[in-house]
Formats: sequence, structure tokens, C-alpha cells
Amino acid sequence: MKAIGKEVSSEATGKAAQFDVNRYRQDFPILNQLAYGKPLVYLDNAATSQKPQTVIDALMHYYATDNSNIHRGVHLLSERATNQYEEAREKVRRFINAGEKREIIFVRGTTEALNLVAQSYGHANVNPGDEVLITALEHHSNIVPWQIVCEEKGARLRVAPINDDGEVLIDKFAALINDRTRFVSIAHVSNALGTINPVREMIDLAHRRNIPVMIDGAQAAPHTCIDVQKLDCDFYAFSGHKVYGPTGIGILYGKAALLERMPPYQGGGDMIASVSFDKTTYNSLPYKFEAGTPNIAGTIGLGAAIDYVSEIGLDRIAAYEHELLLYGTEALSEIPGLRLIGTAKQKAGVLSFVLSNVHPHDVGTILDREGVAIRTGHHCAMPLMERFGVPATSRASLALYNTKEEIDVLVAGIHKVREMFAL
Amino acid sequence: MTDLQDLYQELILDHGRRPRNFGKLVDANQSAEGYNPLCGDKIRVYVKVDGNIVEDIKFEGAGCAISTASASIMTSALKGKTLAESEQLFRAFHDLVTGQQPGPDTPELGKLEVFSGVSEFPTRVKCATLSWHTFRAALNGKGGVVSTE
Repeated sequence: MKAIGKEVSSEATGKAAQFDVNRYRQDFPILNQLAYGKPLVYLDNAATSQKPQTVIDALMHYYATDNSNIHRGVHLLSERATNQYEEAREKVRRFINAGEKREIIFVRGTTEALNLVAQSYGHANVNPGDEVLITALEHHSNIVPWQIVCEEKGARLRVAPINDDGEVLIDKFAALINDRTRFVSIAHVSNALGTINPVREMIDLAHRRNIPVMIDGAQAAPHTCIDVQKLDCDFYAFSGHKVYGPTGIGILYGKAALLERMPPYQGGGDMIASVSFDKTTYNSLPYKFEAGTPNIAGTIGLGAAIDYVSEIGLDRIAAYEHELLLYGTEALSEIPGLRLIGTAKQKAGVLSFVLSNVHPHDVGTILDREGVAIRTGHHCAMPLMERFGVPATSRASLALYNTKEEIDVLVAGIHKVREMFAL
Repeated sequence: MTDLQDLYQELILDHGRRPRNFGKLVDANQSAEGYNPLCGDKIRVYVKVDGNIVEDIKFEGAGCAISTASASIMTSALKGKTLAESEQLFRAFHDLVTGQQPGPDTPELGKLEVFSGVSEFPTRVKCATLSWHTFRAALNGKGGVVSTE
């Protein structure tokens, strides 16, 4: 078996040992059901995570008692809604240790955050002959927005390659940074492979040439403590629904000095200070980038999700998931004909694999009937699949409520696939 | 039999593993590419139409057991059929995998009946119909790629 991840420190093991997963499972009502008559084993967390009761309650409570538009009403409900919306912004600020609240912009999700930066910062700063640098690990949402800008501007999208374990080749990455590079945008954690990129080092490399860096944190937020000031990233984004919050809400963090200079992304209500037919004065941060009535309920739900994971502690969650990952890696590696795709030394809870010549779609269907939900396909990372010479993989991805027993069910399900396909 | 055994019948597994009529048809006069963006399956169907008859048909590509077996059994079923018969077979096959009642003039499906289990798996209907849609696109002379989405 290939060693995955660094050795867990005794402190982290201690933390994981105290992790009462069965208690936390009670917080997620959806887990308590049968799928095709078998206990549901939800291992598609990298697609979206399930929601604890506190998040569901926050959404219900908002609509049942406080629903109102924000930032404009003089009445009681509007005041309550506005306060909760802005409290959620403060919770996000603390969650990623941003310096100021106005650096947190609410968006629909990571995809919208990436598009915002590409269209606003990218459009204003990328010129013909310039380059934008990404890596071979990126999700389509961190490829396509930059392709659009590069195509419009006559600029070039450069891609830092990876090795067979799914790790970015840092020397190659460094060599691709040059005088023409205007922007660097990289995943913190790969959605398809689970690789944790050494983002701090990559940011430093770009900053040596004063190139701003955006981090796609969609897969990192549920699994790692994020400190945007320590990272010194210029932009950071994540989605609420992958960190136990609602869908349709996410955040963009940007350094205030950069956000101040950027043109608006969308025009509309709330993003203006004053409007006449001759001239509009834009609102201050963060409202300049929050045109229209936002997802108020979702934002409050995200606040509740952040409270939930913060109470458990992300370091404890990370240690527990790491233990699960090691257990799953070992168990899957013992299955004849199974090949893990993505064996980086630094990994978050993703087990991506191919099984002999059985197509992942068939693996997914058979596991589904065993009650096991996994993702099969290209994981919105088609260039990455091509890099590994596979059309698709099967991906089991972990969350804080998964157990070793569930991994055993996954393994038994894979053996059932082998049996059906006479492997 | 369980739903799963219904879906993955021996004939399907066999055609999935060892597809018939697999490869490029050198003297084809029509062809089209089919793509299922959900799973990344891609196939190309080659047809040699002589007058009103599907004289020869082959396919190539990579896909799951259901889509590969479907393409394999489809090509075997269509060889020698008239274009009108092919269209009737497509309609009957489509009804079968989507769980619709067969119409009054439904032709004999023969080996294609093996796909009846697909109707219990709505997410797999597109796998079973990809090759058929691609075949029809080839006949209609639509260049480019047909997508299941």
C-alpha cells in the first residue's frame, strides 16, 4: 500500500479518538433512512454534504418568523433579517480569519465567486499577450471562467502539470510564473483526487512577482482550518453546501485594497450609493458586489453551519476524517483490480478509484442498490481524467459523520461488483 | 431475480465485455458521434446504407456495460433492416427501457428484450439509448456530436 498523508500526530489521534461520531450522526436527520431497504451510506460529500438539524432549523425559523428584505426596510422584520444576515458575515470572517467584515462578499457559490473575480479583476487587468496560471487539478469552474477572459483578451491560459500521484509539480509551477503572468488561480484541495495543494508556498512564489492569487476552497472549507491572512491569498472562495450549509450560498473573500479597485460584477439594487440617468455612484464594500436581493435564508443557514462545525472544531474533524481516509485507503488497496486515482502525500477525504475494466457508472449503480451513494463520472474535471487516461472514476468522499463501518459496507459493495462482473 | 440481476443479465455482461460489430466501418457512408456528458461515454456509429437498407453497421468508443452492450446488440439487430423497420425498432426499444406500454404495431424485439430491466433504473436509460440516438443522428446526416443532455 502506498503511504497516504503524513503520520497523524499523537495529539491528532487523541482528538480523533475522542470524536463521538455516533453522537454527531444524530444531528443529521437525513442519515436515518433506508435506501433500497438498506441503511443509507452517504459517501458523496464532495458533491454536497448533508445538513445538521440546526441548519434546517435556522432556515425554517427565518422563513417562519423573520422573513423580510434587508438593508432597506424601516420595520422590525427587516431589522431582524438585516442583523442576522450581517451576523453571518461576521461568522464567515472569523471562520477564515479575514481582517475585515467588508472583505466577505456573499455569492451563490464558489463558481460565482470565481466568475466574479475573472470578470471583474480579470477583465480589468488581463491584456493581450498576458497569461493566467492554473493547475491540471482544477475543477471546470476554475478553468472555464479564465478561458473566457483569456479568449476575450487575447491572453493565454497556462496549466501547471501534476505527477502520477496527483501532486502539482512545484518546480514546473514556479517556472510557469513569468513577467506575462497576471493572475494565478488554484484549488486548495482537488475535488476529484483529494490532493491538498501547498497553497502557501504557491502563493509566495506568485507574490515574489506581485501576482495576485485566488484560492478555490470549495473542497477545503469542510476539511481544513482556513486562515486567509496567514495564507496571504488575495482571494478565497468556498460554497456553503459543502460545509454542511444550504445550497445557493457561498462566499468570496478578497483583500479590501483589491476589491476597492475592482469594477462591479453586476449592477442593480443594493450595490449603489446613488443613481441618476447620468451617473451612478457605487456602494462601498462589500455591497458593491452584492447586487439584488441576496439569498438571505441561505446566508443565515451558512452562519448556522459555521457555528456547527466550529463547535465541533475543524481540527478535530480533520483528524477524524484523516483516520477514516487511512482506513479506507488500506481497505480499498487490498481489493484485487482496484486502482486508486490520486495518491498524494497530502490528501483530504477523497477515495477516487477505477476497478479493472468495469465502468464507474456500473460500479455506482450496483453500490447504489447496496444503499451506498458515491459519485461516478468525470467530476467536472475532464482534463484531469485525461491526464490519468480514464474516462471517469468512482469517488467516495468523506464527511465528519461517516464511519469505518460505512467504509466496510463500501468495500463489501465493491466485492459485489466484482462478483457480478466475474472479476 | 433482483433488479440488479435484471439489469446486468448475462447477455448484457457478455456484450459489454466482448462487443460485436466493434471498430471502424471503412466503407460507411454515414456516421455520427454520441456523447453522454454525465458519465463521459463517447461512441461513434458507422452505417452503410444501401438504398433503403442498413447494409452494415459498426461502432467504436468507450462506455459502461449498459451502453456498450446496447450498441453491440443494436448493431446486430439493425443489420439488414430497412430504415422504416429501424425506426420502429428504435421506438419499441425506447418504450421498453422507459417502461412505456408497447404500441399496437410493436415489432419483435428479440435479443433487445434483455434491456427490459433498465426501466427500473431511470438514471441508466441514457446509457441504453445513447447508441440509438447516435444511429439516428448518423441517418439524418447531422454532423457533429449528439448529446444525451
